[in-house]
Amino acid sequence: MSASQMTRQTAQQDAVKYYTASQWYLIWWRFRRHRAAMVGALVLSGMMVAGLFAEFFAPYGPTTRDSQQVYSAPQLPRFVDHNGFSLQPFVHGISTKRDPVTLRLIARPDPNKRIYLTFFATTGETYDFFGLFTSDLRLFALDDPKAKIHLFGTDDLGRDVFSRVLYASRTSLSVGFIGVLLSFVLALFFGGLAGYYGGWTDYGIQRGSEIIRVIPAIPLYMAISAAFPSEWTNIQVYFAMTVIFGLLGWTTLARRIRGHLLSQRHEDYVLAAELSGASPARIISRHMLPSFTSYIIVDLVISFPYVILSETALSFIGLGLRPPSVSWGILLQDAQNVRAIEQAPWLFIPAGFVVLAVLAFTILGDGLRDAADPYQVADN
Amino acid sequence: MLFFVAQRITGMILTMLAVSVMVFAIMELPPGDYAERYMFRKASGSGMIVTDADIENVRIKLGLDRPAPERYLDWITNIITDFDFGQAFAYETSVNDMIGDRLWLTLSILYSTLILTYLLAIPIAIYAAIRRHSLADYSLTIFSYLGLALPNFLLALIMLYVSVTVFDGSVGGLFSTEYAEQPWSWGKALDLLTHLLVPAVVLAWSATALQLQTVRSTMLDELNKLSVLAARARGVPEKRLLIKYPARLAVNPVISTVGFDVSRIFSELPIVALVLSLPELGELLIMSYLDLDMNVAGAILLMLTFFIVVMNVISDLLLALFDPRIRLREGI
Repeated sequence: MSASQMTRQTAQQDAVKYYTASQWYLIWWRFRRHRAAMVGALVLSGMMVAGLFAEFFAPYGPTTRDSQQVYSAPQLPRFVDHNGFSLQPFVHGISTKRDPVTLRLIARPDPNKRIYLTFFATTGETYDFFGLFTSDLRLFALDDPKAKIHLFGTDDLGRDVFSRVLYASRTSLSVGFIGVLLSFVLALFFGGLAGYYGGWTDYGIQRGSEIIRVIPAIPLYMAISAAFPSEWTNIQVYFAMTVIFGLLGWTTLARRIRGHLLSQRHEDYVLAAELSGASPARIISRHMLPSFTSYIIVDLVISFPYVILSETALSFIGLGLRPPSVSWGILLQDAQNVRAIEQAPWLFIPAGFVVLAVLAFTILGDGLRDAADPYQVADN
Repeated sequence: MLFFVAQRITGMILTMLAVSVMVFAIMELPPGDYAERYMFRKASGSGMIVTDADIENVRIKLGLDRPAPERYLDWITNIITDFDFGQAFAYETSVNDMIGDRLWLTLSILYSTLILTYLLAIPIAIYAAIRRHSLADYSLTIFSYLGLALPNFLLALIMLYVSVTVFDGSVGGLFSTEYAEQPWSWGKALDLLTHLLVPAVVLAWSATALQLQTVRSTMLDELNKLSVLAARARGVPEKRLLIKYPARLAVNPVISTVGFDVSRIFSELPIVALVLSLPELGELLIMSYLDLDMNVAGAILLMLTFFIVVMNVISDLLLALFDPRIRLREGI
């Protein structure tokens, strides 16, 4: 067998593999080739893991205060200083002095004092992991229990910004997740109803969703969260927020589902299912929806950033979640003015996480959309 | 054509009525009513003792003891017939006084943002589509992604910081201090324009990012059409060809989403205005939410929605004017 014959044969095998692959395999193959989207997916899963196990990754609790270090600058672990190289990362110890004129406490790293970083260490500060177990194991800690390491610096109360960002990722991402999930269920219900029955049902649902959509979104969210009773606990506010995003966010997706169902309603396979006595709910869920599941997933991914940005904006102006809850928006409350940029620029680090998350979601959504597009099959 | 216009305007009125019901329901949402909050505000700090009877008196005086549907009818009738939005309780004046000039400022920010968006988005997107996969095309994609990902208030803060430190200018507010109290002059108008530029740029960035993507992808679709090939084969000059076929159609999605852009701008305006301390409706909206002054909030929400609905109708009409295919389908 010559070389050219062999390549032809493998090409044939590839073609057979291609034509017999299921839709999901095709989507996965096409998605895998989209580098940027893969990076986006990686970044997001990293954030989710970090947020979910914030207790483990964060060296301190979200409200733990370090009164010795207020507004202290970020301190990164290092391997080299003027005393030489060390394989184990270390930070310089902090010595705090009072400024003789202003009497303010000023924290300065002492270049001669090395405090080493240990991994999988205990800090003495225990945490309760979702009520499952208590532990004090952390990803990293300093050798000296009295010293503290602040990777992203500290805020006005001496709280560790790095730890707070991790806990905030959990809150903000989960608000987005639950909100999108809720709006998805509602969109499926209303879009399915409108698209399957058409006529007056369709007309009513269309007009109703138009009214929600025509009012500018963030002012509408703000209107409802302004009405939250002040005696509500943080958990109640948190759930109420997700419910708002769900209740007001379903309209765009419902419209898409409706449009698709309307176009499919008169296809032969729907008629066949109807004649075999399938119920409308079964026809929609088993026969019609699978034909555009991939589109729905894309739409869901794309609607994430809106929820995250809305939550951030609401919490930023004090109409969303309330301290001592931590979310990206709440962390950014500390960075509301120009003075903050000048005095403690590291308070803006949470904004970087917002941008990163939104970018990752957008790029991931784009990649998924390209992968799910059946009209691109010809290119392969 | 006349029938088409009449149909759209009727639809607009019906939508506005439905929106007004929803806004009224939102105004009723916060726990407690206007009378309670009014008396609480009066009592706090003054040491006055308020009894239930006092609250009831205020309630009767303001007509709050009547059922909600009746009050809604009153409210909406006053707005339609007298353009009267009722009382603002936090400042003990009428809502109309509170809104005053802020309406014009809001509209000037809106229109300067829209103009900036379209002036940037349409030509740049057409250029990017023609030079597909060029450096300009890729940097544009990155730019528009960033525009979508950066929260607006952050962008506003950055611009504030840059203009304070680099240009040593005052960005917050509407006028520089030296012009604030002066009568209108060229200098003052110019000063106003420079102050409008910052919110317009902040708000236009994300709107531009979205429109760039839309126009670029429509343009790419249209460039592959046979009509373009045929025109090229006939020897139509490239520039004229681009304007006559693909560019003309690529503008359509922009026209049809004017209402959406307005809605997006209004959605983001309040927070940007708060950061830049611009005395316009969005900022007042946030303030009145924080004060639970729902009469002011409701009035503003209604106004903003009204502009969106009007813009939707205008965009429908413009689209019918620009695109013969739509005129044909709608039968006008």
